[in-house]
This record gives sequence, structure tokens and C-alpha cells, in this order.
Amino acid sequence: MLAYAVRRIAGVVPTLLILLTLAFVLIRSAPGGPFDAEKQLPPQIEANLQAKYHLDEPLYQQYARYVWDVLHFDFGPSFQYKDLTVTQLITDAFPVSLKLGAASLLFALLFGVPLGVLAALRQNSATDYGLMTLAMVGISIPNFVLAPLLILLLAVYNDWLPAGGLGGPSHFVIPVLALGTAMMAYVARLTRGSMIEVLRSDFIRTARAKGLTARRVLFVHALPAGLTPVVSFMGPATAGIITGSVVIETIFGIPGLGRFIVQGATNRDYTLVLGVVLFYGMLIILFNLLVDLVYAWLDPRVSY
Amino acid sequence: MRVLLKALGVGLLLAGCGQGGSGESDSFPVKIKPEILDDGTGVLRKGNGAEPGTLDPHKAQGVPAANILRDIYEGLISEEPDGTIEPGGAESWEISEDRKTYTFKLREDAVWSNGEPVRAEDYAYGLRRTVDPATGSVYASILAPIENAEAIIAGDKAPDTLGVTAVDEFTLEIRLKAPTPYFLGLLTHSTTYPLYRPAVEEHGDQFTRPGNAVTNGAYLLKEWVVASEIVLEANPDYWDADNVGVGRVEYYPIENTSSELKRYQAGELDWTGSVPIPQLETVRTHIPDQLKTKPSLSNYYYGLNVTREPFQDSPQLRQALSMAIDREVIVEKITRGNEIPAYQWVPPVVSDYQGAKLAYADMPQEQRNARARELYAEAGYGEDNPLTVEIRYNTLEAHKKIASVIASMWQNVLGVDVELVNEEWKVFLQNVSERRVTEVFRAGWVGDYDDPYTFLELLHSDFGINGAGYSNPEYDALLNKASRMPGGEQRQSVLREAEAMLLADHPVIPVFFGTSKTLIKPYVKGYVGNPMSHYYSKDFRIEPADDSPAQ
Repeated sequence: MLAYAVRRIAGVVPTLLILLTLAFVLIRSAPGGPFDAEKQLPPQIEANLQAKYHLDEPLYQQYARYVWDVLHFDFGPSFQYKDLTVTQLITDAFPVSLKLGAASLLFALLFGVPLGVLAALRQNSATDYGLMTLAMVGISIPNFVLAPLLILLLAVYNDWLPAGGLGGPSHFVIPVLALGTAMMAYVARLTRGSMIEVLRSDFIRTARAKGLTARRVLFVHALPAGLTPVVSFMGPATAGIITGSVVIETIFGIPGLGRFIVQGATNRDYTLVLGVVLFYGMLIILFNLLVDLVYAWLDPRVSY
Repeated sequence: MRVLLKALGVGLLLAGCGQGGSGESDSFPVKIKPEILDDGTGVLRKGNGAEPGTLDPHKAQGVPAANILRDIYEGLISEEPDGTIEPGGAESWEISEDRKTYTFKLREDAVWSNGEPVRAEDYAYGLRRTVDPATGSVYASILAPIENAEAIIAGDKAPDTLGVTAVDEFTLEIRLKAPTPYFLGLLTHSTTYPLYRPAVEEHGDQFTRPGNAVTNGAYLLKEWVVASEIVLEANPDYWDADNVGVGRVEYYPIENTSSELKRYQAGELDWTGSVPIPQLETVRTHIPDQLKTKPSLSNYYYGLNVTREPFQDSPQLRQALSMAIDREVIVEKITRGNEIPAYQWVPPVVSDYQGAKLAYADMPQEQRNARARELYAEAGYGEDNPLTVEIRYNTLEAHKKIASVIASMWQNVLGVDVELVNEEWKVFLQNVSERRVTEVFRAGWVGDYDDPYTFLELLHSDFGINGAGYSNPEYDALLNKASRMPGGEQRQSVLREAEAMLLADHPVIPVFFGTSKTLIKPYVKGYVGNPMSHYYSKDFRIEPADDSPAQ
């Protein structure tokens, strides 16, 4: 397994380089530039700005310079946030996205898995149908609808929670609900489906035949096997959720990473977009690797 | 598990109620929750639009940054709540006979946040830094009236040749290349603010961060969390600290206007940067006293690219399209924020100026439509040969609505075949400035200073972005003439002549003059409003009334 992990990590570098190159080509081929505005810059000032950010050099040279800087962990200055570097922006925003994302994940798992198991154990009962209908509703309501509804209900009509911004734990409740609900519903459905299959399989029958308690059969034998699809879903989902949600961040005014990629792209903030894309890419690769390793641990049939 | 199920069920039920409740009289709660500090002063929590790109006063652009800079720095000139000019860092000033030399006497009790006195040299440094091309100031050209500024910006002269001299520690002399009647107004712009040179040199681009920043305004920069909040606290060493009413100011960058409104309703904001148009009627019904609309120094217009077909050499067609737009309908049905239908180019709020009007300004719309059809036919178009034209606009709901309404007016009145083209902002900007594919494009302009020139120069053929491609030597000559004249009736009439020429040529179709829309809680006292929306937090007070009505 160690050899496998090493091999996978070695594959990261070329993957990231391809990602970086693609992102670089795409953002640079978009029309317009970072200093375009309704009010045009005097030529000398524009030339100075271009020179300051090396935009006056040939593209291949800019690319080489960027890759070189990235290899030294320097993501460059932001064009849009002139007082800050991309590294500063990411280090400030990532912990916020991480907190929000981790809380939403926890919420999704803490409620999604037990609800899925419950539905599987009572398959085709009223509880099962009720839960799965709710889950379907949860998946179908987009978070940009759910979030304003929750704000109206919990912050505007009542005075229970803040409507936005960042502060104490109470500021996280509505965003976590808005971000985690669909995921919780999805996890519940996944868990149910796979648990139904697992509960019917031979090794569970054997476990029951050995006279193990229902609790032991469920938690020790069935659940680990039943969670494999959830785990493979969680890999990319985790990377996605902790790098921030543009929609949720915009609605709640949360200073996370998600907004930077969208704003960076619309403002042609080349360095910011590339920095965030690269960071995001690294996370996705990391989580996919983790997922594969967790597989081996959960499912004895899988080995590397 | 059952308990959980119930909780979930109740949650959904409640959500259902919340939705059903809208439309009832108490469906629009607005919480009145002022925040008072221990020392008795209040906190002003403002929604502030986009996150400022920089708090470097010389590089900053856009309203959000300007709002904050106005609180933490002080220029030579300040403004009263109604926008009238008043002394700021300069106690008094003298203007020479030829109106080209301004001598400012600085107040000697003004200090930087590190205790050093604010000296004339700090102002001179600031002005030179702005025009120095190495700084990369987007707004440098606003200082063009100062002697040698243009040559320095163009890189032809050294920054220290700028017509600015620190005569002694507290006397600053500024020499202009020509009398500029709006010059004092320019000095309220952040590009003219002084800077504490050692801090800039020590920290480079990051001299603006809390802890690094050395400022001279009524407030100190305490906290800056990018995309979350900027917190200012009253500066105890400010020369006029006794008259600073608000103890702490919190700026929240909230671009999504409906989120901003909800936070205002929830009692988390005392002031919003704007009001979402779809909610304007609701707001007006439920909290009319908190809604402040003021005509702003801005216009909204449609540009016609006169460098290519179909608008090149076709003034009749351009006029026909302008006449066929029912501006009253747009203002009353679409924008709905007390905007003023535009039959002029320069907004009527500009001081000391009576502008020219479109010839058909006072004609009823029916008559305009009839005349528009005649002109359309004269231009060679008709039922069998309709004009096909594109309206280009950047992504925004309001632009889209206005474009579709104008398209249908042109369709109905003239039979024009209109296609709407929506473009992302930077793509749109590039197309407009290149003038290759654009035909009709939406545009707007917010004046940089209170003078007709800031609007009229937009169509000067030398002006940076001239999307319409209008190039009229007579028009340019009139503007050049006006820019060498001192203020007064004579200059006004030259500018009026230029405006009349512009309107008659129709390279642009003025649609309406904008308004600023702000929600302000009743306990925030001191709002007067001004066309530039220049507000200084120090002029406000938080006074919770004992009998404040619970909304």
C-alpha cells in the first residue's frame, strides 16, 4: 500500500502541470485584460502596470516565469486586490472555507448515514418512503433557493440567527444547513441503497447465523461494507465543499475561496485564478488518494 | 430517530409558513437594533458593495474604496453633508488673480496617526506620486489641470516638475495650466490625499494594511478581513475629534443586493449601499421613511457606433431611434427609483449650469413617434426594408430589461428588427472600445467632479474610451476653449453650445439620469444627501429614540 501511495503521489506533478497549463491558456485566451475599464488608462500608466506584472513579455516567457514562481511556492501578486498576494488571499480564505465545509460535511454524514441505515433497515415501510421522499426534496431544492428561505425564516421573521457575515459559531448555522442539506439527502440515499444490498449478502447471513447480536451485525459487518459508495462520493465532494461554494459565500457574505475563482475570472485576475485552480487541483488529487486508501481499509477485497 | 423526524417535519412546516406569510402586512419586518459603544457613541454598519481592490488612495477606483478612504484620510478640501466644499486639511486658501495659482494654508493641529504633524510636503508627495506613471494610478489623469501633470503622466517629464510646491511646512502652492473652475472640487478626490512617505517606502504595496497604514482622517483602520469586513475606529487625535459623531464604522462588502437587504432587515446593517430593483416597491410600501433616493451625478445612455454602418453618415436614423424611445415608460415601469428621463446629456444636478436640451424634449411621445417614422423613412428604411440592429449590453438584469423594452419600442414604432446581445463585462468593454462589431451599446457615466466638463469630455475625440467613435472638430474646439476659461456665464455658454451640438448629432441617446438609493435606519441622524454620494461617517450620529417604533 505504501508503494501504491508513493506511485500515486509521483503522478501528481504531471497532472498539476497539465492543469496549470490548461488553466493558463484558457484564462489568457479570454478577451479583455485585468486593466480594462470604462475609463481608459493613459498609455504610459498602462505600460507601467503591464511591466510591473510582466504582462509585456511574450506569453511563453510569462508562462515559464509563472511555473518557476509556483515551484518556489510564490503565486504572485493579485491584480484585483492590489495590496495583497495570491498566497495571502488563499491563506486567509481557505480556513474559512475549510471550517464551513467541514461543518457541512459533518452535518451531512451525521444525519445522512443514520437516516440511510434506518431507511434500509425498514425497507419499503412508511419510514423508508417518508425519509426517501424528504431526501428527494432535499436533493432537488438548490441551495440558492434554500439559503434565502432559511435566512428569511431564521433571521428576518425571527431573531434566532444572524443573516450573514462572519463571526461566532452562530454565523455558521444557516450556511451549514444550506450547504449540507442536499449532501445529507444524497448521502442518505446512497447509504440506503448500498445497505439494502449488503444486508442481503451472504456474509451478513453468516454473521447472523453465528448468533451475533443485531447491533454487532449492523455496526461491525454491514456498515463498513455499506459505506464504500459513500466514501467514494465523499472524496471529490469534500474537495468541492471545502474549497468553498460561490453561491453560499455570495449570499452570506462569507470570505471563502469560492468567490475568488469567479471574481478572479470575471476581473481577469490571472494570478488569482491560476492560484486557486492549482490549489483546488491539489486538494482534489489529495482527497481522491485518501479515498482510495480508505477503501482498502474498509473493504478487505480491495488491495493495492 | 423519531424525534429527529419530527424536528425535520416541523422545520419544513415552518419553512412553508414563512413563505406563505409574505404578502401580509407584517411580512416585511425591519429590526431596529442600534449598536451603542461603552462611551455612548454608536456604531455605523454600512453595506458597501464590492470589496475594495486597494486602500491606496492614489490607486483606488470605485465607490466602495472611496467611501472608506474618505473616512481614514483627509484631503485639503472636505465636504459638508450636502456636498458643499469646506476646509479640510487646509484651513484657508487664496486664489491668484489669473486663477491659476492656489495657495493653501494647512491647519497646524492636523497629525498623522503616528503623531507626526501633517506637512505641506506630505500633500506634495501625494500629488506627485499620483501622476508618476511608476505608481500606476488609474485616476492620474484627473489631475491633468495641474501644471505639467499631463507631460508627467505621459512619461515626458519627471514627477518633481509637477506644479506643486511646499512653500513652508504648512503652506502648499499648486499651479494650474489653465483656470479650472472645478479645481477645488477635484481636491476631494482620493488621488489628492497626502501620504506619510516613510510608511509607503517601508511597506511597499502593503502600506495600506492595518498596522502599517499611517493615516490622517477622522477614523483609524482597525481591521480588514478581505471580502468580509473593514472596521474603523474614531481617531482620538483627529483635529476635530470632538465633533466626530460615530465611534466605530463597519464596512461590509456585500455585492448581492438582496442579501444586503436581508441583513438590513435582520438588524445587522444600518445603511445599505443600494436597494434591489425588484424589492423597491415593497420597500417603498413598508418603510418609506428609511428609503432615501437622490438624483446622482450620473447618466444612462445608449451609444451608437458612428464609425460604421448603419449609423455612419445617418443622423436621421440616429435621431429616429432616439425619438422612438419613450423615456417616461422606462423610468416609471422599469427602473422605478425616481430616475429622471433624460433629454440632456449633462445631469441636471450639476451645479451652476443650465444645459441644452434635445429639440423634441417637450414634444408629446405620440408626436415624437410620428416624427421618428418620417426620419426613419428619410434614412431609407421602411416596412419592406427594415433596419436590423444589435443592442449590446453587459450582464445585469436591469440592463437586460431596459434593452428589451427599448427593442420593443423600436420594433413597435419603426418596425426595426432588434437583436439583443448580452456580453460578459470585459468582453463587452473590449468590443465597445474596438468599435468593430458594436452597433448600439448600453453605457453610463458617473461624473468624477461636479462640472459639465466631466460628462462633455467623454465625447471629445481624444478621450480614452469613445465607444461611439464621435469625432467632431468643432465640438473638440469648443471643449478646448472652455477648458482654458475661468468659471462664469461665458464658459457656461460655450459648454452649452457644445452640449447642443452633441445632442443634435445623436452619437449617443440619453435615456435617464440615475439616482442613488440607500436605506438608512431611523436612528442614524445627519443624512442630507448629495449628488456625488460623498458621505463622511464623522458627520453622522447614532441616536436611538426611546419611542422608536418597533417595525
